[in-house]
Amino acid sequence: MFANLRDKLARTRTAFRKVEDLFQSGKRREEILDGLEEALILADVGVAASGRVLEALRTKTRKDAGEADLERALKDELAAMLSRRADGRPDGSGPTVILMVGVNGGGKTTSAAKLAARFKRDGKRVMLAAADTFRAAAQEQLALWGKKLGVPVVKGSYGADPAAVVFDAIQSFKAQQGDVLVVDTAGRIHTNTNLMNELEKVKRIVVREHPGARLESLLVLDATIGQNAIPQAREFLKFSGLTGIFLTKVDGTAKGGAVVAIAEELDLPIRFIGVGEGEDDLFEFSPREFVEALLS
Amino acid sequence: MFDQLSERLERMMKFLRGEVKVTDKNMAEALKMMRLAFLEADVNYKVVRDFEARIKEKALGEEVLRSLSPAQQVIKIVRDELAGILGGQQKPLLFSSRPPSVIMLVGLQGSGKTTTCGKLARWVAGIGKSPLLVSFDLKRPAAQEQLKTIATSLGFPFYEMTSARMASPKEALKELLVHTANRGFDPLIVDTAGRLHVDDELMEELRLVRAILDPTEVVYVGDAMTGQDAVRSAQAFEEKIGLTSVILTKLDGDARGGAALSIVAVTGRPIKFIGVGEKPDKFEVFHPERMASRILGLGDILSLIEKAQGEADVAETEEMARKLRKQEFTLEDFKKQIVQMKKMGSLSDLLGHLPQVGPFKNLAKAQVDDLKIAHFAAIIDSMTPEERENPRVLNGSRRARIARGSGRPVNEINQLVRQFQEMQKMMKRSVVQKLLGGLK
Ligand SMILES: Nc1nc2c(ncn2[C@@H]2O[C@H](COP(=O)(O)OP(=O)(O)OP(=O)(O)O)[C@@H](O)[C@H]2O)c(=O)[nH]1
Ligand SMILES: Nc1nc2c(ncn2[C@@H]2O[C@H](COP(=O)(O)OP(=O)(O)O)[C@@H](O)[C@H]2O)c(=O)[nH]1
Ligand SMILES: [Mg+2]
Ligand SMILES: [Mg+2]
Repeated sequence: MFANLRDKLARTRTAFRKVEDLFQSGKRREEILDGLEEALILADVGVAASGRVLEALRTKTRKDAGEADLERALKDELAAMLSRRADGRPDGSGPTVILMVGVNGGGKTTSAAKLAARFKRDGKRVMLAAADTFRAAAQEQLALWGKKLGVPVVKGSYGADPAAVVFDAIQSFKAQQGDVLVVDTAGRIHTNTNLMNELEKVKRIVVREHPGARLESLLVLDATIGQNAIPQAREFLKFSGLTGIFLTKVDGTAKGGAVVAIAEELDLPIRFIGVGEGEDDLFEFSPREFVEALLS
Repeated sequence: MFDQLSERLERMMKFLRGEVKVTDKNMAEALKMMRLAFLEADVNYKVVRDFEARIKEKALGEEVLRSLSPAQQVIKIVRDELAGILGGQQKPLLFSSRPPSVIMLVGLQGSGKTTTCGKLARWVAGIGKSPLLVSFDLKRPAAQEQLKTIATSLGFPFYEMTSARMASPKEALKELLVHTANRGFDPLIVDTAGRLHVDDELMEELRLVRAILDPTEVVYVGDAMTGQDAVRSAQAFEEKIGLTSVILTKLDGDARGGAALSIVAVTGRPIKFIGVGEKPDKFEVFHPERMASRILGLGDILSLIEKAQGEADVAETEEMARKLRKQEFTLEDFKKQIVQMKKMGSLSDLLGHLPQVGPFKNLAKAQVDDLKIAHFAAIIDSMTPEERENPRVLNGSRRARIARGSGRPVNEINQLVRQFQEMQKMMKRSVVQKLLGGLK
């Protein structure tokens, strides 16, 4: 139905180039800005955040800025927004507990495995905790990952309190002087207060049982997600004290632009991206590259 | 979330007031509001543009209904059109005339296919069928185990598929079909591995499975939280695999679900069910009008108006709305409503017309089923006029007397009073007041 966006932008570009030398009219500028806004909306940045970004662009660029200038300025603006907090990614240099949280099916378990694989490769002592005691075969899923990666997995029984699993995991993590403990949790919709309280309890247990550890709470977001990502981030931040975002499924055609609004509104850094179903399909987030892909 | 909604409603209502006729200008303004509402709800940009053009044509061509203001009318056209695209009326699940039917679920990773297999099995069993479950997901760790657990816990048979068996896929699939037919299972519900629509190899594999199984239904399972990309993936599945229907999952959150519109618009396939939770019973037949309202973020107040008009009880309804607005609504009215609104559908139906977000959700949850309505009516009948006017006077001894009079337990009386007070509280909320304002 729709030509792909890049083709479309390419067409827009040639059209602009033709008139570029002829006019320096305000209309052309507005047209370009409209085109950029459309690209942002199509990338799931959302109407409100796109509007704010464009507003900034309007005030920061000269009236006679050409299309290339505007596009560059937009990329700079977005990259700056996404770089604000792009520091301090967990590296396992001290004991670190990473909580994987998010709505159902986003990729928490797979991403937990990816992180475990990465830290193991870096020579860290890694453990996994299977705190999803709800979904069918969630325990087996993580156990199979652990086996594949050669990483020990602390399991729980179905229906058990996830906080109890985390408690056990922390005890053996401390006993074995582990570097990184990655905790997989059950998917939950952020409007379900009981389940969100459950998550808060998990977080409390980590802080109480291992006060010396760095707690990293990553919201796992599927790149296909739309505007609901924002209320999700807000709620998970409230209950599990998010420290960053793990964006998954970036290997598809979705752009994951919702993270722009999250970074802007909630000042949360994007830590990692997932680009496939294997344990090595993990990248550290790079604002520049992300912005290029967002507008391509 | 809710703030945004009420803010938008406020803007809209402000705009409505004082507009007497549909003109190009106010039309453009109303359409812009709609466009923003759509985009915020994640309807695809291009789909919105197409839609807007159609609405514009319709709205300017249509005669103004006396009862509705222009903007209300635009909203009504939008909603009707939306519901039309979403399928107009409910489309049933198809079964083959020569059993067994095969229902195959396809979609992206993590969209809810496996869970939905269990929900579907439970649903078809409810209409007297005996499903068999099988999963071709040999990729994701413990995928077989997941479906097996679901099947077993629901008491349905599960057919184990293995990589060894699938080494010769044609034979394996034929064997499966023979097994299904011989044991008299119907339908065969087929789970598949999640895949990206751009993964040509996996898409080809799926096409092959489809060709051999010749399914009655090929269901695209889509996540209600999906953004702009919904069109690309759904369309690719439609083109490369061929779909017959859609199931939308994870509608239990507060996602507006604009993806529903995008998916239907690009595939032309009807949504038949929605998933509203992780458990097997959290599964509902899809209602286009409710979805239309959800996407718009409006309570289905207009269909309420329509219903009221249709039932010639306009005066009564308006009086009720006036009382609700003025917060003069008493238990006496509550009962009147219970009786009078039987024609319009039950109270729970009325409450169901309000948006399923924010505080409304609790309201709908506190719904009153029809049997309870009869009980409630009996309880209210046993009250004195004073008690009906002012339930606060209902102390323990009065409640005991009413319990004797109505033959209902005291805790039910407590529940009624609580529910009534909750409703009163809800009606005081400004957004409800505004919705009621729409009722004149
Ligand atoms: N293409 C692709 N698929 C992914 C990626 N990350 C996860 N997946 C797949 O997405 C699906 C869901 O992933 P899970 O890791 O089970 O997600 P989850 O959040 O743990 O799901 P629940 O525990 O069921 O809520 C699986 O099929 C994964 O293989 C990714 O980066 N790219
Ligand atoms: N809240 C909610 N979760 C759902 C719904 N449908 C599926 N899920 C969850 O979404 C996740 C992925 O579902 P699954 O069936 O494994 O997806 P698949 O990868 O497509 O087979 C699981 O955690 C399910 O429990 C739904 O309607 N609501
Ligand atoms: Mg999981
Ligand atoms: Mg599955």
